[in-house]
Amino acid sequence: MTELATDLHPNKALAHHFTDMPQQREAVTLGMWLFLATEVMLFGAIFLAYTVYRHQYFDSFRAAGGHLFVSFGTINTCVLLTSSLMMALAVHAAHQGDSKKIVRYVLLTILFGAIFLGIKMTEYVIDTREGLVPLNGWWKAQSPDLRVDREMRLFFVFYFTMTLLHAIHMTIGMAILAVIAWFAHRKRFSAEDYNPVDVTGLYWHFVDIVWVFLFPALYLVHPEMHLFK
Amino acid sequence: MSVISHSNEASSHGNADAHGHDDSHGHGHPEIGFMKKYFFSIDHKMIGLQFLFVGLAFFVIGGLLAMLVRWQLGFGGHPVPILGAYMKAKGVAGWGDGTMPPDFYTMAFSMHASIMIFFVIIPLLVGTFGNYLIPLQIGAGDMAFPFLNGMAFWSAVPSGTIMVASFFLQGGAAAAGWTVYPPLSAIQQSTGHVPYIASAGLWDSFIQKLRVHEGGGEIAAKGDPTKAGVAVRTFTGDSEKITAGALIAAMELITEDGVAKPLKFFGDAKIDSSSPKQVVVKKSNGDTVTVDVSSTSATGGEIKITSLSTTAAESARNAAANRLRDRTMKSAEKGWQSSWNGASLVINFFTLFMAFMFIASYFIRLGSRAVNVPVSIAVCLVLAYYFLHGVQHAAFDGQSAWFLSIIILGFSSIMGAVNYLTTIVKLRCPGMTMFRMPLSVWSLFITSILVLLATPVLASVLTMNLLDHHRLTSFFEPFNWLNSNQLQDVAGGGYALLHQHLFWFYSHPAVYIMILPAMGMVSDILSVNSRKPIFGYRPMVYAMGGIAFLGFIVWAHHMFQSGLNPTLGTTFAISTMFIAVPSAIKTFNWIGTLWGGNIRFTAAMWNAIAFVSMFVIGGLSGIFMASTAVDVHIHDTYFIVAHIHYVLFGGTMFGIFGSLYFWYPKMFGRMMNETLGKIHFWLSFITFNCTFFAMHILGIGGMPRRVYDPHAYETFAHFLPMNKFISISAFALGISQIFFVINFIGSWIWGPKAGNNPWEASTLEWNDTTSPPPHGNFKTVPVVHHGPYEYSSPLVEEDWLAQTRHVEGAEQFAHVGH
Repeated sequence: MTELATDLHPNKALAHHFTDMPQQREAVTLGMWLFLATEVMLFGAIFLAYTVYRHQYFDSFRAAGGHLFVSFGTINTCVLLTSSLMMALAVHAAHQGDSKKIVRYVLLTILFGAIFLGIKMTEYVIDTREGLVPLNGWWKAQSPDLRVDREMRLFFVFYFTMTLLHAIHMTIGMAILAVIAWFAHRKRFSAEDYNPVDVTGLYWHFVDIVWVFLFPALYLVHPEMHLFK
Repeated sequence: MSVISHSNEASSHGNADAHGHDDSHGHGHPEIGFMKKYFFSIDHKMIGLQFLFVGLAFFVIGGLLAMLVRWQLGFGGHPVPILGAYMKAKGVAGWGDGTMPPDFYTMAFSMHASIMIFFVIIPLLVGTFGNYLIPLQIGAGDMAFPFLNGMAFWSAVPSGTIMVASFFLQGGAAAAGWTVYPPLSAIQQSTGHVPYIASAGLWDSFIQKLRVHEGGGEIAAKGDPTKAGVAVRTFTGDSEKITAGALIAAMELITEDGVAKPLKFFGDAKIDSSSPKQVVVKKSNGDTVTVDVSSTSATGGEIKITSLSTTAAESARNAAANRLRDRTMKSAEKGWQSSWNGASLVINFFTLFMAFMFIASYFIRLGSRAVNVPVSIAVCLVLAYYFLHGVQHAAFDGQSAWFLSIIILGFSSIMGAVNYLTTIVKLRCPGMTMFRMPLSVWSLFITSILVLLATPVLASVLTMNLLDHHRLTSFFEPFNWLNSNQLQDVAGGGYALLHQHLFWFYSHPAVYIMILPAMGMVSDILSVNSRKPIFGYRPMVYAMGGIAFLGFIVWAHHMFQSGLNPTLGTTFAISTMFIAVPSAIKTFNWIGTLWGGNIRFTAAMWNAIAFVSMFVIGGLSGIFMASTAVDVHIHDTYFIVAHIHYVLFGGTMFGIFGSLYFWYPKMFGRMMNETLGKIHFWLSFITFNCTFFAMHILGIGGMPRRVYDPHAYETFAHFLPMNKFISISAFALGISQIFFVINFIGSWIWGPKAGNNPWEASTLEWNDTTSPPPHGNFKTVPVVHHGPYEYSSPLVEEDWLAQTRHVEGAEQFAHVGH
C-alpha cells in the first residue's frame, strides 16, 4: 500500500495532512458513515414521534393511511431501488476507473431520482385536491368527530413532513450527483481516486433506505390497501 | 490497528515527500491571502481561535443578561441602571418608570441560558479546544476535513447573529425558557407577523388554482384588495362549506381595524336559515354582519357572493384595511417583513454573505483572482439576499428565530463532531495508540460521539417545533389548548410531553457534552502542574465512556414533575444515580493525581482545582435532584439553578478559564500574567460561591425559578435580603471578569514571549512544535513512544519525558498504555 502511495506522488488528490491515499480514503469513508449515523438519528427522532402517535391514535392513523395511494408508493419504491442499483453500478465503474460508465450510471441514477420526485409531486397534487394538506385552509374535514379529524390530520402532518424531508435529501443528493457526473466527464476520477463517487453512493443508498422504511410506515399501515383506487 | 501500521510504515519516508508534493500543487503555505488566513481559514488552529473570540463575545452578552436577571430578583421595582433609562427614553412599552417589565425578565433568563449553553460553553469547549487541541495532541497536520471545519464555524456565525437579531424583532427574543417546552414555545410573539398562507406566494396561488377548480369551500382564498367589501368568488359544493369558504374570502377584508385575520371567522359563519341568500357572521367584537349571497344555479349549488351589506363606515375601514393588507403582503412577498428592523437585517445579511463567501473562496475557480473575487462577491450577494429572505420568513419572531438559530448551530456541531471523530480515529501519528492519547483528546472523542448521536435529534425536534410555531403542523400541540382564553384552533392531537422526551434525549447528553471536555483538559492541567502521571489513566477513560453511555439513558429525570409515569421515574432515578460511580472514579483519580505531587500553583492549576471541588458540590446536589421523592420538593426551585451553575460555571467555566491560562502560550506565543490570573481566579471563585451556594438555601426554602417577582408572594417575601446578597455577589462576579479581559488582551500585546514548552509538559503540542505552531503543525511527523503523562520519570534528568523522546527501558517504568 505505501509503495503504491509513494508511486503516486505528486498526487493532486492527496491533501497535505494525509500520509497516503488509503489513509485519506478510509478517513473520507469513515466521515461519511459518521454523517449517516447523524442522519439516522435525525430521521429516527421523527420516526419515533410517528410511532408514538401511531400507537396512540391507532384507528385514526389507519383510516388516514387509507387515503394514500399504495400504487404510487409501490412504483416509487421500485423506481428508487432501481436508482440505487444504478448508483451501485456507478460506484463499481468508479472502482474500475471507467469514467464513461460513471457518467452514464450517475446520470441514470439522477433520472430515476427525478422520476421518483415527479411521481411524488403528482401525489402531492392529488392530496392537495383531496384536501389532505394539513394546513389551515387547505384541510378538508375527514371526520365529523373533531378529535378524530385532528388525529387524522396529524397523520398527514407526519406524511408531508417525513416525505418532504426525504425529498429534500434526494434533491441534495441529485445536485451532488450532477457535480459527480461533471467531474467524471472531466476525467477527475481514477481507479486509485474515486472517493467522491464512493461516499456519494453511500449517501444515496442511505436516502433510499429511508424510503424503504417510510413506505411501509406510511402507506401500508391501513387494513384495506387500495392498490388501484 | 491497520491505520497505525500503515501510518508507521509511511512515516519513514512520507514526510519529505509530503512537503515536496505539497508545495508543487498549491497547498503551499506562504501565499495564503489575508482573508483566507484570518477569516476564511481552514486551518484548525485559526478556526479554534475564531470560535474562541465568538464564544468570548457571547460570554459578555450572556453575562450581561444574567446581571439583568439578578437585578430584577435582588432589586425588582427599582429602575434598571442604564438600560432602564434608555428604554424609558425610547418609550418602549412596559418601561414607563425604568423598571423591568415581566416579559422582558422572561426573555432575559431564557436568552441568558440559551446563549450561555449554545453560544458560549459549546463553542468554547468543543469549538475552540476541540479544534485547537485534537490535531496538535495526536500529531496530525490538520483536521481530517479542513473545509468542513471551516463550514462548521461559518454556519455558527449566522446562527449567532440570528440569535442576537431576535432581541430586536417585534415582541422581543425567545421567552419560553431555554427548554422551549410546547405549547408555550408555540405562542407567536409578534403581532406584525404576516400569516404564512398569505406570504406563501407562488405555492399559494398554485394551490388556489387547484382548489377553485376542485370547488372545495374551505380555502382561505385571498380577497381582491382592490374591491373593498365587494369580493366576488364562485364556489361549488355542499352549501354550508361553501358559505364558510366564501365568507373567509370575503370577511377577511372586514375584520378588526387594520389587521387582516382571515381565519378567525371560520367557526362562526352560519347560514341564516330563514333566508338562504343571507349569511350572518359574528365578528370578533361581538357585532354581527349580514352578507347577501345569491344562488345562480340550482343544480350545482353554485353560490356567488355579489355584495356584502356593509355600512359606509365599515366600507371605509375595509378600504384602509385592504391598503394595509396589500402593503403587508407586498412586503412579505419581497421578504422584507416589517418585524425585522434595519440593523438586524444588515448584520444578518453580512454574516450570511460571509458564510457564502467562505464557500465561494474555495470553490469558485474561474481563472485569475481578478475574475474570481468579483464573481464570488456577486454570487454571494444574491445568495445572501435570498437566504435572508428565507430566514425572515422562518424567523418572524423571537421564538422562531431561536429555533432557526439552534437548528443551524446543530448542523455546525454535527459537522464538527464528524470531523473530530474521523481525525482521532484516522489521523493519529505513528505510535499514538488510542491509549497513548492525552485525556483531553479522549474527552473530546467521547464528547463527539455524544454530539454525533444526540444533536441530530435536537435538530429534528426543533424543526418540528418551528413548524408548530408557524402553525403549519401540530406535532406537539395538544388538542384544544388555550392561550389567553383563546382556543388555538389550528393545533391538535400532539403530545407536549413527547417534545420533552425528545428534547431531553439531546439535552441530557448535552450536559455531558458541556462538562466532559473540561474534565479531560483539567486532567491534563492537574497532571502537568502536579508533576505526576495522571492517577489511573485507563479508569479515567472508562469512566468518561461510562458517563457518556449513562448520559443517554437518564434523560427523563428532567421530567419527574411533568406527568411522567412514576414507575418510569424510578428507572430513571436509578440510572441517574449510577452516574455518580464514574464521576466519583474521576474525582478520586484527580485527587490521587494531586496526592504527593510537586504542585505548581499556577493560575491554570488553581482553576483546575476549583473545577474538581466545584464539580463535587455540583455532582452531589445532582443526586438530590435524581431522587424522585426529593425532586418533588426541589423541582423548578433555585436548587436546580444552583446545581446547574455549580456544574456549568463552577465546573465547565473554571475548566475553560484554566485551559485558556494553560494553552494561551501555545495559541498566541505569549505568557499570560500570573498575578492578574490569580486575582481573577480568587475573585471569581469567592464571588461565584457567594452567588450560587446561597441559591441552594433558597431552593430548599422553595423559591421557584423563572418567577418575575417571587417576593410578591408572602411565602417568599423573607428571601429578599438573601436575593440582594446573591445579586450583589453576581455583580461582583461579573466585574471580576474584567481582570480576565485585561489579562487576555494585555498579554497578547505585552506578555513575555513563551517558549515552546513553558509548562514542561510531555505531550506533543509542547514538545514537537513551536508556539504558536506553523501551518501543518509539525515539521516532521512525530513518532510517539510513551503515554502522555510521563512526569518525574527516573530515566531522564528532566522531570518530564516527552512522548516523542525515545528512552531505553522506558516501557517498564511507563505508567500508562503500551
